[in-house]
Amino acid sequence: MDTVIARGAGQCAAERTGFIRFFDEMTSQEGGVRPPYREYRDWFDGEDATRIQHKTQQAEAFFRTIGITFNVYGADGGDERLIPFDVVPRIIAAGEWRRLSRGIEQRVRALNAFLHDIYHRQEILRAGRVPTELVARNDAFLPMMMGMDPPGGVYTHISGIDIVRTGPDEFYVLEDNARTPSGVSYMLENRETMLQMFPELFAKVAVREVGDYPINLLKSLSACVPPMCGGTPTVAVLTPGIHNSAYFEHSFLADQMGAELVEGHDLRVVEGRIAMRTTQGYRPIDVLYRRVDDDFLDPLNFRPDSLLGVPGIWDVYRAGGITIANAPGTGIADDKALYSYMPDIIEFYTGEKALLPNVPTWRCGEPGHLREVLDRLPELVVKEVHGSGGYGMLVGPAASKTEIAAFRTKLEANPANYIAQPTLSLSTVPIFTKKGLAPRHVDLRPFVLMSPQGITITPGGLTRVAMTKGSLVVNSSQGGGTKDTWVLED
Amino acid sequence: MLGKTAGSLFWMARYLERSENTARLIDAGFRIALTRSATAPAEWKSVLETAGVASAYAMTHQDFTSARVVDYLLRDPANPSSILSIVKQARDNARTARTYLTREVWEAVNTGWMTLVALLRRPVREDDLPDVLATIRRQNGQVRGALTGTMLRNDGFHFAQLGTFLERADNTARILDVKYYLLLPSVAHIGSSIDNVQWETILRSVSAHRAYRWLYGAEISALKIAEFLILYAQMPRSLAFCCERMAEHLGQIQRIYAEETEAGRMATALCRDRLAGPIQSIFDGGLHEYLRGFLAANAALARQVERDYRFVE
Repeated sequence: MDTVIARGAGQCAAERTGFIRFFDEMTSQEGGVRPPYREYRDWFDGEDATRIQHKTQQAEAFFRTIGITFNVYGADGGDERLIPFDVVPRIIAAGEWRRLSRGIEQRVRALNAFLHDIYHRQEILRAGRVPTELVARNDAFLPMMMGMDPPGGVYTHISGIDIVRTGPDEFYVLEDNARTPSGVSYMLENRETMLQMFPELFAKVAVREVGDYPINLLKSLSACVPPMCGGTPTVAVLTPGIHNSAYFEHSFLADQMGAELVEGHDLRVVEGRIAMRTTQGYRPIDVLYRRVDDDFLDPLNFRPDSLLGVPGIWDVYRAGGITIANAPGTGIADDKALYSYMPDIIEFYTGEKALLPNVPTWRCGEPGHLREVLDRLPELVVKEVHGSGGYGMLVGPAASKTEIAAFRTKLEANPANYIAQPTLSLSTVPIFTKKGLAPRHVDLRPFVLMSPQGITITPGGLTRVAMTKGSLVVNSSQGGGTKDTWVLED
Repeated sequence: MLGKTAGSLFWMARYLERSENTARLIDAGFRIALTRSATAPAEWKSVLETAGVASAYAMTHQDFTSARVVDYLLRDPANPSSILSIVKQARDNARTARTYLTREVWEAVNTGWMTLVALLRRPVREDDLPDVLATIRRQNGQVRGALTGTMLRNDGFHFAQLGTFLERADNTARILDVKYYLLLPSVAHIGSSIDNVQWETILRSVSAHRAYRWLYGAEISALKIAEFLILYAQMPRSLAFCCERMAEHLGQIQRIYAEETEAGRMATALCRDRLAGPIQSIFDGGLHEYLRGFLAANAALARQVERDYRFVE
């Protein structure tokens, strides 16, 4: 997965000393099974462990055969790895999900309102609720989007809101992904795998469907046609190509939507439209679901050395010849430096308090914050503002004195490049091991679709799990795995 | 469909067909090397020539031992035409065209590749070679089965089939061309009827030694072998069979697109002008010249397909 989250790593100090018990989603503090897991647990206890072990191996072979692999950045081009899959589902009760989805919907609406405002009247800046320089001096801010109205008024057609849990009623938004969030193919294939391996389970437990995501995605995208579109919109998925780490997902989504999967060299500007080279000549595209970053979109208007994009697409976009999803410039909304302002942003545009809280965040660019962070470095997680994938971060509790000292120097040299957060006691869900069930830390990425008709959230999302005992790192690039996520029917 | 996707399907099929042909060439060469060690180097040379890698091989190798040649053809990373490299390219093309493949086809290609990577991790021992070669053929059979059994008969299917038969025609023509001197009537005329082992090798390289016997009995004649591999339209690796299929699939593509193309005309002309026979007239005009002409026409057709259907910009 290319857009990933940075999180605490290693064994947390608190856990080592045994003072804090992590919240386990399956087993309550008193030792009983929590309600959402009861039916599953009954089934599990009646199962033969060797059968489940066998199924786990089957699942792995299945993933390899269909090619759900990802390339690790920096690794040899031929190195395709599997993301470990755990057969124990992560289960969310209907009531819990209702609360979560209300908070997520509120957040995504606010993100879109913020983007519209930032690229138009900038009222939030005038009101002083978000510092102007944070936007103006931000690389993710795209001045060319000023005054642009994306078709249907939608900026973030697809977003992924990363959520962590620390207690029965404590959910936090860890990060917003408003550029090109990935992982949805794992959500869908995980469910498919579970259905194939344990069909009887789904007869016992009423789990909400996730399989209509691709159709909803197609509907959402088709609802945002550009002014020049005549008739049924043609949707295409733009991929950087087969060597991209998320290529499987790109082809999977194109396939599931029945859309063409295109690369930059398949496209060119023809008569004011973006057209793809088909066997019968160039045919216009109306909506382009791009899985290529803004910078690479148009070598004429952005990075001149980019071979991934389409020369001139910006001008076509500007003239209403194509819809680009997500809209260019959405990165300003999921920038880590702006994250800490999200509660204000939500309140500013919706007039309501944020339903889902943020993780407390120190902005190292502010002197007061920086001092506190430097004092408490060994206990904090410090991330680069623009980093992703768990690279370039410090996890205080897991770092050596030398590492902390080295990081301190980096931080002092360029404080504005960093934010810091407490090491969260992420909830655990058991995974299946040779020795039985064992708790591991998890997070959740629900996927949210937005169109002029409204917001659709697939029940659940992608649960990522740290496969190593005590580890808080769930990133696939750092050995994290995934689980099927169940939202129970009411 | 995208021109690039059509090209990927076409090349996926070509590379898979090529890998199978190379496996068959190795099989035939290996058989001779076992039974006639004296002629083995010459035989391996002609195998390398047929595979189109003779000069590249000669640049880095001095000897033509079975182990060296087989390793070069199977898995040498320095050989872009090794079976391992070709199947990797087939798989890359399949990944690019993945949205046009059924799950069955993709899984067959991907499983084939994974099996091959595992089999060819180390040099293959001589006693394992027959097994490895059989596995390669079997994996290809699975892809073919999945293609014909699960794919819609749309443009994508026809582009893949076109690639298969174009590659196969090229391969059969090359085998004949490398060995054509054995088939020259003059050789047969001067009494030394053509070498039994040699002709069997030719037939084995196209998996047709038994079919030949069914058809012609024990009669071994240069004319008959050439007729069988060039003009006999029921033989699935003959030039006539391959060209008929190419014309047929191009016909389907033209029908689907409701548009005639130069490539379509060229395929029809190829059947009409070069495969009408009789075999005697081919020999009269010179077998080598005929085969060279065919290979050139086949390659020109491939280029025209690429142009007409916009595989590349």
